[in-house]
Amino acid sequence: MMLIIYFFIGLAFLSALGILFIRNVFHGALLLLVCLMSIAGLYILLFAEFIAITQILIYAGGILVVIVFGIMLTSKLAGKPLIVTNNKWFAGSIISVPLVYLLVNFIYQKNFVQALSAKPPDTQWNSINLVGINFMTDYLLPFEVAGILLLMALIGAAVTASFKKNELLK
Amino acid sequence: MVQHILVLASFLFSIGFMIIIVKRNAIMVLLGIELMLNASNLNLVAFNLFYPSHPDGQLFALFVIIVAVCEAAVGLAIILRVYHYYQTSVPDEINTLKD
Repeated sequence: MMLIIYFFIGLAFLSALGILFIRNVFHGALLLLVCLMSIAGLYILLFAEFIAITQILIYAGGILVVIVFGIMLTSKLAGKPLIVTNNKWFAGSIISVPLVYLLVNFIYQKNFVQALSAKPPDTQWNSINLVGINFMTDYLLPFEVAGILLLMALIGAAVTASFKKNELLK
Repeated sequence: MVQHILVLASFLFSIGFMIIIVKRNAIMVLLGIELMLNASNLNLVAFNLFYPSHPDGQLFALFVIIVAVCEAAVGLAIILRVYHYYQTSVPDEINTLKD
């Protein structure tokens, strides 16, 4: 069990580092898919099965397909892979490296480690059942608002990406 | 075990931040944002492990996923429009409001 968790942690970390260093955008999208799938495996091992299934459905089935469409529509010459250049390594590292140092330092503070180890996680509970009941009782209003937000995003994206007739003639 | 998940989440957040700053392509910036949102989701699910009877963290993670979907769809539509107008998808070269 612990071995599988560390395998998924290492896979997610390595593929995220790969996105940072790779130059081909399409390979970056595929590496993001590997990272998201290993995070879905971690969700299953953390007893959040519904979120794991949602992650696989939405990210692999929805967002990655949309991103690949975007890559194909914005490459200038058809048939050539889209290569990006990296710049501002100094600015990026001067923000990110202290940030990760601070976060990891905080996670390994003495009080925090004690608080995490004081209450061992439960393993016997039915999370999908509880998530469904909570969606229909306590979280009903956010659920409906999320539906309206999805509809607005759908209409907005379709209107924004569509072309008018006079622009095509121009 | 939870500490290692939290360390992974902080690394993913920082790598996503660095991708947003370093990459010179708008689609790569979107990939970095997705990575940062997933890092926050990982934190929410990991802390929810301590309160098994109230899946508040899991529900928040689901709402974060919904918002990420909306952001990806609208962001890619905007990138397509900007690409057709400016013939470039490099965020640094887009610096005029109107022609």
